[in-house]
Amino acid sequence: MKIKRSNAYSMATVIGASLLFVALVSAAFVASDNVLERLTVLFVYVILAAMWNTLAGFGGLVSIGQQLFFGLGAYATIRLADFGIPPFVAVLMAALLVGLLSWPISKFMLHLKAAEFGIGMWVLASVGHLLVNLDPLIQGETGTSLISLNVYQIETRRVLIYLAALISMVGLLIGLFYLLRSKAGIAMQAIRDNEEAADSIGVDAQTVKKWFFIFAAFGTALAGALWLAQASSFQPKTYFSVQWTAYMIFMVLVGGIGRFEGAILGALLFFAVETWFAATGVWYLVGLGAVAVLCSLFLPKGLWGAIESRLGLRLIPVGYQVTDETLKSHKP
Amino acid sequence: MINSLVQAILLGGYYALIACGLAFMFQVMRIINLAHGSLAILSAYIVWRITDALAFSPFVSMLIVLPIMALIGWLLQRVILERASKGGELLPVLTTFGLSIVIDNLLFQHFGANTRSLASYVGDLSWESYEVFGLWIGKLPVIILCTAIVVIGGLDLLLRFTPLGRQIRATAFDPETAGLVGIDARKIAGISAAIAMMTVGISGTALGLRGTFDAYAGAPQLLFAFEATIIGGAGSLWGVFFGGIILAIAQSVGALIHPQGFLLGGHFIFLTFLFARIYLNRDFFTLRHWLGKKTTKVEQHEN
Repeated sequence: MKIKRSNAYSMATVIGASLLFVALVSAAFVASDNVLERLTVLFVYVILAAMWNTLAGFGGLVSIGQQLFFGLGAYATIRLADFGIPPFVAVLMAALLVGLLSWPISKFMLHLKAAEFGIGMWVLASVGHLLVNLDPLIQGETGTSLISLNVYQIETRRVLIYLAALISMVGLLIGLFYLLRSKAGIAMQAIRDNEEAADSIGVDAQTVKKWFFIFAAFGTALAGALWLAQASSFQPKTYFSVQWTAYMIFMVLVGGIGRFEGAILGALLFFAVETWFAATGVWYLVGLGAVAVLCSLFLPKGLWGAIESRLGLRLIPVGYQVTDETLKSHKP
Repeated sequence: MINSLVQAILLGGYYALIACGLAFMFQVMRIINLAHGSLAILSAYIVWRITDALAFSPFVSMLIVLPIMALIGWLLQRVILERASKGGELLPVLTTFGLSIVIDNLLFQHFGANTRSLASYVGDLSWESYEVFGLWIGKLPVIILCTAIVVIGGLDLLLRFTPLGRQIRATAFDPETAGLVGIDARKIAGISAAIAMMTVGISGTALGLRGTFDAYAGAPQLLFAFEATIIGGAGSLWGVFFGGIILAIAQSVGALIHPQGFLLGGHFIFLTFLFARIYLNRDFFTLRHWLGKKTTKVEQHEN
């Protein structure tokens, strides 16, 4: 019996991902405007899915209020840019500030369990929305825009936002990968599987959950700030909408909750569904909700979970793999 | 001042009404139904449709809607919640949230973006008032407050003194042991969900009579119901009644402080109660809590 972290697939994944990254970076200089804009949207979706998966899939924390961090990330960017900070620096600083703010929030909210935590976060998102509305700079629901981006030519701006989104996505995914492989990450996956058992062998659930919460808040805020850069206008109602969390839940549930690859697969699927069906308006949202319900009831590990258990396929080695030579069985 | 307090208490009656179904389901099945607000809006639309089409009084339409809501509750339990609650405590959160998205958007698809109200179907009742010590008190809010008292009182009596109530309490306490003494836990859960949805039908009607609603009005109703439940302590239905009133008073105070402070006032009182529940009699105010690595174990809440 052998215990190892990576396998042949992981090697292939590393090479494939590196090649893809190089291809995506070079795309910035050759692809058409429309393609760049759509890919930027896709990168933001991947970030959102991966961050919600961090919280729910690995942390066992189902939050209905992640739009709080998404909206605050965008708002903080507007505020910082208004102080005269260059827009792309403001994007990163905004995400860091929101990450910092999420620390006291985690101290408070992590005492709640299951649905209480979920709806409690929703209430906090509503509080954030109402408080942001009070800022005269935002002009209530009318909103404002990130005018400081206008210093760049429109073509340069598009490429810069694309690259910023790409680098943020890759950075966050690598960060998540190492977070999951760290001691905290192993502890987290133990908590996901059975909190009481993990507690009894000395896993400090609260501390670990706190780190995952802060990481997810930082990433979601970064996604919000990038979305603002791309859309350039800020209306509090749009950014603090619970719809963002609904999208995150759909992506993660369909792709595979608690699976690193699942969130990415879910984001790709959501992106495809949105591209093809968004024109159907409300029916598309009905479909998203229905698919999320069905997936959670009948496919609890999502599409990736099904692929993984059928084929024993693991592209990204965040756990340990036990290979029993005699049985030839793969155990995640 | 006194006037706003009285109005707040009357509004609190509505919050108590919408919260009691949520709290009832939480007590019996340990599930917080995130589609609660959306279902209230659904029932308001059905009442509106019946009233509009058949020229009934909304109160008669409500009586027709109650069995429909009971059936919806029973189906909700049988088809979704029963399955979801087997998969741990997180799954019901996800499925009921997904369900709320489906309901909201179907309502929008069917009824469009216009806001609706039942107020125009009750004639003078929507503005008639009693004059008490120089205060004008609306008849309709008083009816809603009294309905809340009757519904909560009824549920309380049902749980305390009837055989069904005894079975529900037993199932809530320990479904497996309840099964051993011959209680059909599935049936009891279905009946409980049906009862909860009937209260949702009543509160949906109350919402439509008090003001306007649209397809996406479910989310705020869920938050009000949840806040009232938590403020009330989630333990008893009468607690929820006072939770609703405290929530409404806090909102009125918020509105007095700042024109946009109505919702914020409610949220802050909710967070204050949450804060108190979590940190009272704990080491929160020590430095160790904030700097030390060793955090205290999560409190296992009774409810």
